[in-house]
Amino acid sequence: MIRSLIGLFVGLAISLSIVAFAGENPFSVFMILIRSAFGSPYDLGLALFYTTSLIFTGLSVSLAFQAGLFNIGAEGQLTVAALAAAATGVLLPEVPSPWAPLLATTLGISAGALWGFIPGWLKSRRGSHEVIVTMMMNFIAAALASYVVLDLIKNPESQNPESKILGPGYLLKDYDFVQKFFVDSPANLSLILALALSVLIYFFLYKTIWGYELRASGQNEVASEMAGISSKRWKTLAMTIAGALAGFVCVNEILGSSGRYKIGFSPEYGFVGIAVALLARSHPLGVIASAFLFGALQKGASDLDIETATITKDFARIIQAILIFSVAGATLIDFSWIRQKCFFWKKKGVTDANFE
Amino acid sequence: MQILSEIFSFYFLLSLLRGATPLIFASMAGLFSERSGLVQIGLEGMMLMGALFAAAGALATHSPWMGFILGGGAGLIAAAIYGFFAIELKSDQVVTGTALNLLAIGFAPFVTKILYDSTGSTPGLDLSSRFSFEPILIALLVSGVIYYLYHRSQLGIVLQFCGEEPAAVETAGYSVRSWRWIFILVCGFLAGLGGASLSLFLASSYSPMMTAGRGFIALAALIFGKWKPLPTLMACLFFATIEAIQIRLQGVDTGIPVPWMQALPYVITIVALAGFFGRSQAPKALGKI
Repeated sequence: MIRSLIGLFVGLAISLSIVAFAGENPFSVFMILIRSAFGSPYDLGLALFYTTSLIFTGLSVSLAFQAGLFNIGAEGQLTVAALAAAATGVLLPEVPSPWAPLLATTLGISAGALWGFIPGWLKSRRGSHEVIVTMMMNFIAAALASYVVLDLIKNPESQNPESKILGPGYLLKDYDFVQKFFVDSPANLSLILALALSVLIYFFLYKTIWGYELRASGQNEVASEMAGISSKRWKTLAMTIAGALAGFVCVNEILGSSGRYKIGFSPEYGFVGIAVALLARSHPLGVIASAFLFGALQKGASDLDIETATITKDFARIIQAILIFSVAGATLIDFSWIRQKCFFWKKKGVTDANFE
Repeated sequence: MQILSEIFSFYFLLSLLRGATPLIFASMAGLFSERSGLVQIGLEGMMLMGALFAAAGALATHSPWMGFILGGGAGLIAAAIYGFFAIELKSDQVVTGTALNLLAIGFAPFVTKILYDSTGSTPGLDLSSRFSFEPILIALLVSGVIYYLYHRSQLGIVLQFCGEEPAAVETAGYSVRSWRWIFILVCGFLAGLGGASLSLFLASSYSPMMTAGRGFIALAALIFGKWKPLPTLMACLFFATIEAIQIRLQGVDTGIPVPWMQALPYVITIVALAGFFGRSQAPKALGKI
């Protein structure tokens, strides 16, 4: 925990000092970042909107991490999920309100789960490296999205590459009390769903036998096989659940806010989800805080684009990357040499060798 | 049959070799890293850096060769960042590689904004500061040299043992740590050249995400080629063939939607990785430090 925080601060410091190379004042950049996330209810709402999606992808990556898998396919999983939800809403516009969002969500997360199942199954049955397979699945999902949205359900009235608008019954607006707090911002009911899901995943992982088996198969495959846990089955299942979790992004993006599928709607939630999970050290409750940090950063970076001359919104990528580097590095730095140097930490008669 | 003869022409062969060039560089780069025991997910990032700085170098010097070398150097620096975290701090190699990719994606627009005031691309290169065929020959030459080094030299033995049995390397009096550093820097340089051949040869400028997953396909080619130079080269040519067919078919009216065609190389990669064409065995100490 402390090491993650050290990594976080070192990473932020390095990122901000890079800003100086572009001729901007690091301190004023930092203030813009803060102001853009908390400046007004609208700003906060937008930051929370990003946070919601990042909780979903962060949970997805975390759960896979816990099973010893690296899911960099959350981007593809959320793409197919959003695609399925949008296609349902466009092709069946007449479905009435309470059932419509449920139907779209179910189909969406099933599509996400399928996109997670394939690499999970290939990993456990055929030994294919899940990182490469999920990456390829991301590209396939992107191709699929451009085919479905631009060839099958394109909005003929719009200049932008986007789908038709979903049937009115699909939107969450009627039930949405979250939106009332953040007027005009895309923040919506999904935030509550995301928080509830984090707690649910926490209970699943740490308070149930299934969660224990999943974590065991991630930590030591051989030992868990000895104990009668089928680690192959759990690896497949973990990727499937991870895919479903990433699929929940469709509730936030399609049903909760825009009501249509826009090509390129995701500012790479899937990849930022990796940073979120890493900073949270794959703990489902930690994901909430970590997702908020990265959500605020996402919002801040888009304001930096407008308010500074040289910094573009891609600067968020740099900060994310440096944070991943520093957190991944800091959690593994061996602090023992500091202890050896500090004379007063040593007890009498304890030699260096004993300390190792 | 009409379609087949239209596809397989001399120009097709040329476009196949063009497409194979960055793949060959990148998968040979991956060979050095993975054979020495370092999982290399960051090829994509090294290639992006190589592509960016090659274009910038060629723009500044009007010489493709200077750009090419600079691209290799940029890849080398990217690899040094990876090496610092993976070898010195012993952080998770897959996570570090992913961070490197993210860093490259974010860093490129940062640089183009400062240098050219554009959001992500460099200005176009004129014909005299681009390559017409040279990288193909260099790529084939490099794989030949690597084949020789891998199978016939002491260096090849050290490389293989770093990934299979690091303890044996230490026993023989070599430092695994310094050799891994050497191999990872070679890896970065080669991946940088792969990126450089993208922006100076396949295209005429740097554009965002121009690698389009080639770093990962190169990695798949490496796995498909059982982490050995010659089969890996063949695997690269195989993937390049699929890409060339895909590009060629876009010009022919087949009735298949274009996005389906574009997804084809990725689908084939997954099928190849699933071992439906034979399994391959990873270096034993891969990912373990």
